[in-house]
Amino acid sequence: MTPRCLRRGRPGYPSALTELHDPPATLFVRGEQVEILAEPAVAIVGARSCSAYGAQVARSLACELAAAGLVVVSGLARGVDAEAHRGAIEGGGTTIAVLGCGIDRDYPARHAELARRIVGSGLIVSEYPPGVEPAPWRFPARNRLIAALARATVIVEARERSGALITADFALELGREVFAVPGEISSGLSAGTNNLIRQGAAPLLSADDVLDALGLVRRAPPAPVLSAGAAAVLELLRDAPAGVDELVVRTRCAAADVAAALVELELSGLASQADGIHRAVGTTIAA
Amino acid sequence: MLARATTHALVGIDARTVEVEAHLQRGAPAFAIVGLPDKACQEAKERVRSAVKSVELEWPRSRITVNLAPAGLKKEGSGFDLPIALAVLAATRQVPFERLDQHAALGELALDGRIRPVPGAIVAAEAARAAGLSRLLCAPESASEAALAGIDAIPVVHLGQAAAYLSGLVDVDPPPPSVSTPPLPQPDLEDVRGQERARRALELAAAGGHNILFGGPPGTGKTMLARRLPGILPALTQEQALEVTRIHSVAGILPARHGLVERPPFRAPHHTASTAAIVGGGPGPRPGEVTLAHHGVLLLDELGEFPRPALEALRQPLEDGSVAVARIAGRVTFPARFLLVGTMNLCPCGARGDPGLECACSTQRLAAYREKLSRALLDRFDLVVTVPRARAVEVAGKRGEASSAVAERVAAARERLDRGSPPLAPPASELLARAVDRVGLSARGHARVSRVAGTVAALAGAEAVAAEHMAEALSYRSPNELAVAA
Repeated sequence: MTPRCLRRGRPGYPSALTELHDPPATLFVRGEQVEILAEPAVAIVGARSCSAYGAQVARSLACELAAAGLVVVSGLARGVDAEAHRGAIEGGGTTIAVLGCGIDRDYPARHAELARRIVGSGLIVSEYPPGVEPAPWRFPARNRLIAALARATVIVEARERSGALITADFALELGREVFAVPGEISSGLSAGTNNLIRQGAAPLLSADDVLDALGLVRRAPPAPVLSAGAAAVLELLRDAPAGVDELVVRTRCAAADVAAALVELELSGLASQADGIHRAVGTTIAA
Repeated sequence: MLARATTHALVGIDARTVEVEAHLQRGAPAFAIVGLPDKACQEAKERVRSAVKSVELEWPRSRITVNLAPAGLKKEGSGFDLPIALAVLAATRQVPFERLDQHAALGELALDGRIRPVPGAIVAAEAARAAGLSRLLCAPESASEAALAGIDAIPVVHLGQAAAYLSGLVDVDPPPPSVSTPPLPQPDLEDVRGQERARRALELAAAGGHNILFGGPPGTGKTMLARRLPGILPALTQEQALEVTRIHSVAGILPARHGLVERPPFRAPHHTASTAAIVGGGPGPRPGEVTLAHHGVLLLDELGEFPRPALEALRQPLEDGSVAVARIAGRVTFPARFLLVGTMNLCPCGARGDPGLECACSTQRLAAYREKLSRALLDRFDLVVTVPRARAVEVAGKRGEASSAVAERVAAARERLDRGSPPLAPPASELLARAVDRVGLSARGHARVSRVAGTVAALAGAEAVAAEHMAEALSYRSPNELAVAA
């Protein structure tokens, strides 16, 4: 499929980009629904080598925000970016991937399949014409587009000198909202985000924080009906992530029942697991 | 002068009848063995000559030709020593060859005439019985094993005794009835504290014959758990026991004077093992670890460290329950129906899954590590269990249930499953359909989850698979199907 070109000053060129002091002359686009460039969007970015916590927050946050009607913008990179795209697709929403290389490339190559799914309902955009190789210095430039396309930017996990912090800087320059997901103070992967909070970024505690800031209302999903066992397990997971064995000790149930409860939660989208550790999904903190 | 003795050559895990012909003629004293003997068999010349002289029988001063027929079949090993010696003795009329004709013989000779055991006695004994012979001369260590084939095993200590027995000068006591040696003390599940999830998975694996993969950081007890699986498997049936005994005898890993192998075998090859060592091979060809684990458990510790060709070669035995080894010398099919247990770290550095550590593996290394196991192989693991590092509250848990109690439940579940897998109740199929939607379960994954659900229901003693059984089964699916990608 040949990419489309949106030229600055012509109809279709996203007005959000014109707020940049150096908007790209041409924006190359893959995908049909060009009109979503004008819809309210949120950027979710973060570390490539994220932790299971970061991956899960990115995913469930993207899922909830996409379900609430926001377009999720990210960079198709590994880790947080990819999880954000996946979460948005999972939530039945649309997502935009901004590339730091030629529009014809799927970079990194392992995300070719993800890129195909993104184009299905969303867009892949780049300021670089086909054939341009990925290069380290193009990624910060790409980040300014991510920040500009979104009304708010969420940094999920970032080390001290992460590229995601550059996105945050661009967003601040443009006067957009910047949220940082707080992490453990002992985790190097959260050093950048925790530092952003100290500097004044809004800590993100639930998807509602973003929705409130953008003046949107959440469409509350119907609360799923849970079995007693699943409800008990969910309550424990809300306190802290845990492995099955720990849950067995705490609930005094058999391993078989705990496993069944976890699957029930997972299928209801209320819990997820990585590396044997289960966590409650949903950033919503019961008010 | 010509004489004949009968013995058997191993081909894979079967034996073929070999006629040992000895011909003496005038001429300068010489000793030649023909009929494709290998190096060990060729060296029989020296052993046989010394043994005959040591027991004060006469070594003929003539030109001796020994032919091992069929001449086109490769003869390997030292088991031909005894029949060669007896054929030569019969040719010189030192033993009556009418009586030798009723016996098969198998054994290696020591220079002082003692008879040493060789691998494959039970297989040779079976072939002898099939060939219409009723007696087998063999080393005392092999006698109880050979007797399992339903043949009169004649345990002879040395060549002189064999010659005297054949001449009717002495009687040889039949081997003592095969005392099934008390099984080696097996590690017991009792020793495992906590680890409820992994214990449950082991029980399911034993009950349903499911392959199981343990993932987790080092030191969380993956290997310790895997080693306790054979202890909860039911004992082998008579038929299975014979089959396993045969295989272990051929491979030479049956302990001396051992009767039937009654417990499921347990094999744990190191990850430096070659492909041939795992699936079988060599010029013979010889059975590999998958065959030695037949009707038992094959543990591949640190699955990711095994060479990829060796892992891929596991696919055929996992699918067919047998492995075909083709070599120039011929093609052999070995039985290989085993329960596969794999363990692996979640990443090369091993820190992943450990809450106290931060994984330092680059994404590329992590991907390479995980891609080493092809999807096709991972799909063969019905049960995938992640064993994270236990926290203090779990380590302090009570002592686990003993293997014997678990084994009882396993045996009961197996009995139920033998009558047919329980059908899916509608709520269970509904749940499965939801899972297919939600996590994108593959067709194979679908079949696998249903199978495991059947085992869960059988262990619970239920007539049909209920929703909670299906839910538990879904929790063991392969990491490839997990929604969260690396």
